[in-house]
Amino acid sequence: MQTSADASTAPPGLTRDESIGRFGPYGGRFVPGARVAALDLLGAALRTAQADPEFLEQLAALHRTYTGRPSILTEVQRFAGHAGGARVLLKREDLNHTGSHKINNVLGQALLTQRMGKTRVIAETGAGQHGVATATAAALFGLECVVYMGEEDTRRQALNVARMRLLGAEVVPVTTGSRTLKDAINEAMRDWVTNVDSTHYLLGTVAGPHPFPVMVRDFHRVIGVEARAQVLDLVGRLPDVVLACVGGGSNAIGIFHPFLDDADVRLVGLEAAGDGVDTGRHAATITGGSPGVLHGARSYLLQDADGQTVESHSISAGLDYPGVGPEHAFLHDIGRAEYRPVTDVAAMDAFKLMCRTEGIIPAIETAHALAGVLEVGRELGPDAVLLVNFSGRGDKDVDTAARWFGLVSGDDLGHAEQVKAAEPVAESDGAGW
Amino acid sequence: MTGVAATLAVARAEGRSALIGYLPVGFPDVETSIAAMVAIVEAGVDVVEVGVPYSDPLMDGPVIQAAVDAALRGGARTTDAIAAAGAVARSGAPALVMTYWNIVERYGVDAFAADLAAAGGAGLITPDLIPDEAGEWLAASDAHGLDRVFLVAPSSTQARLQATTAACRGFVYAASTMGVTGVRASVGDAAAVLVARTREVTDLPVCVGLGVSNGAQAAEVARYADGVIVGSALVGALAEAASPAEGVAAVARLAAEFSDGVRSGRRQPV
Repeated sequence: MQTSADASTAPPGLTRDESIGRFGPYGGRFVPGARVAALDLLGAALRTAQADPEFLEQLAALHRTYTGRPSILTEVQRFAGHAGGARVLLKREDLNHTGSHKINNVLGQALLTQRMGKTRVIAETGAGQHGVATATAAALFGLECVVYMGEEDTRRQALNVARMRLLGAEVVPVTTGSRTLKDAINEAMRDWVTNVDSTHYLLGTVAGPHPFPVMVRDFHRVIGVEARAQVLDLVGRLPDVVLACVGGGSNAIGIFHPFLDDADVRLVGLEAAGDGVDTGRHAATITGGSPGVLHGARSYLLQDADGQTVESHSISAGLDYPGVGPEHAFLHDIGRAEYRPVTDVAAMDAFKLMCRTEGIIPAIETAHALAGVLEVGRELGPDAVLLVNFSGRGDKDVDTAARWFGLVSGDDLGHAEQVKAAEPVAESDGAGW
Repeated sequence: MTGVAATLAVARAEGRSALIGYLPVGFPDVETSIAAMVAIVEAGVDVVEVGVPYSDPLMDGPVIQAAVDAALRGGARTTDAIAAAGAVARSGAPALVMTYWNIVERYGVDAFAADLAAAGGAGLITPDLIPDEAGEWLAASDAHGLDRVFLVAPSSTQARLQATTAACRGFVYAASTMGVTGVRASVGDAAAVLVARTREVTDLPVCVGLGVSNGAQAAEVARYADGVIVGSALVGALAEAASPAEGVAAVARLAAEFSDGVRSGRRQPV
């Protein structure tokens, strides 16, 4: 894929070579030699598939009839009143099947899995959204599915664990390291190298060794391709700014990428600043991290003086990751995209505003992008057109929001837990299903 | 000839495989880990792999994960590994530091190489670095005269074997199975096949790791490999001991068993 960030315009050392997954100094493959063959096989399968009209039509048909694409564009005027009066357009990925953008990538990789003749998929998940999407695709394609999830996260997101098991997936709580998303990725990588002949690792974000960042981005580009045409259709011109939240960065790269050559369109990624970047309790990898290698690629990450990964913190489980996709690191360094921190407080304020002004409950991840819309809209004023990736719906976050805003009393929550706890549950490992 | 190559050549001249033992620095504490490294050298280990604890050891199984986790909680630092390599070298065996790559990047590739060489370390084993990404390390290891050991695996294509072994100095690390570190009931046939395939493309010694759990397995691997690499079994012996002193004694006893193993496994002519 040629872009304006190519050799012709980029400073020395900041050129990209996607054939080897290099984005300037970022990306690449920092993996045991044992994994190289599987990555090569995957890269070859991807290239062949992307040049095969039959594959592309299969995927497009799935998106039309299963995902619910194209996703609509919603202009939100009442919300925009709080964003300096700018025009605010939501790209509604929350209306996709399974409730977020994640399904775009999952269906693409599931089709590839079939083409590679593999029968089993594994995935990592933090909040559970990618795990649910993967379990969904596995059910649809008749693939065996194992989802690795940090033990801490299985407790925090018990409902999504149940959801994955309903869909036929095996959920494995990961008890190593910090018992969160990054450890789930480690465990999935260990599984993959051990079972590589039968298994595809269905990675959920634009991180990891080549070709994952390129592949996952390409499966999410549909977001930006659709949105670009929809904005042109509605407004008659391109947006001034495209915004999205950034954890690993898949929804952001999906909407950014088709705008890379549109030099006048600003790209703004919103990172989770947790309690604030200066408190050290955050997940703002580009704003508050430094370059290094994690999970198979070089990018920005949160690390200590020795290069040990530091735990991230965010109210949003989906953004609570100490790394970020290498293409974002590259876009940051060449100045093509800017990345701003959004605290838990700012995100939850935007969350509430969206609920109250538009009747749409966003995912807390998405609320970070909405906080960015409020900030940038106020900077630019009423002439601006802002396009934001509304990456997910907030159903999964109702409990978190209810606690945050004090919508139910601690006693009520405690009582509900007691009632639930009193109900007989014979098995908790899914064996009763 | 570099330190590791010379040691392997001596073992080869004796008609046997070399024994290479891995222990992570800082487990159960820095002092004990270094004492254990010296003790296994005295028990017959020819080369020590000094492990640097890392927060995300994606090539390691449960035993080593738990050990490096504990080492990090105990405050082990990169500099402790460099110091440990020096202590091992002074005890008479070459020390290769086994480290995930981000540790080295963070320290500074050339600075790491310089400090390791100054401490007397022999080089690096880099489990998550492939030669394609190793430009800076190739230059630094040349500049400071350090060995560099990359890994090959049963899945490696012949072209990949060629490229990887061409970048190695000291020996080639052949991962016996597609998997992570850990003790296994058997090492399996894939290792012998991989060693044979590797020998087709290089004259470097080929050492086999992953899954070697006892003296008998070591003897079996010693029949076809230039070196037998033992990790999780040694770490397990340290982990199960009731006290640091007992741990050092236990790990030395186990190292002696492996040492007998490699000496009983008659080398097939290469």
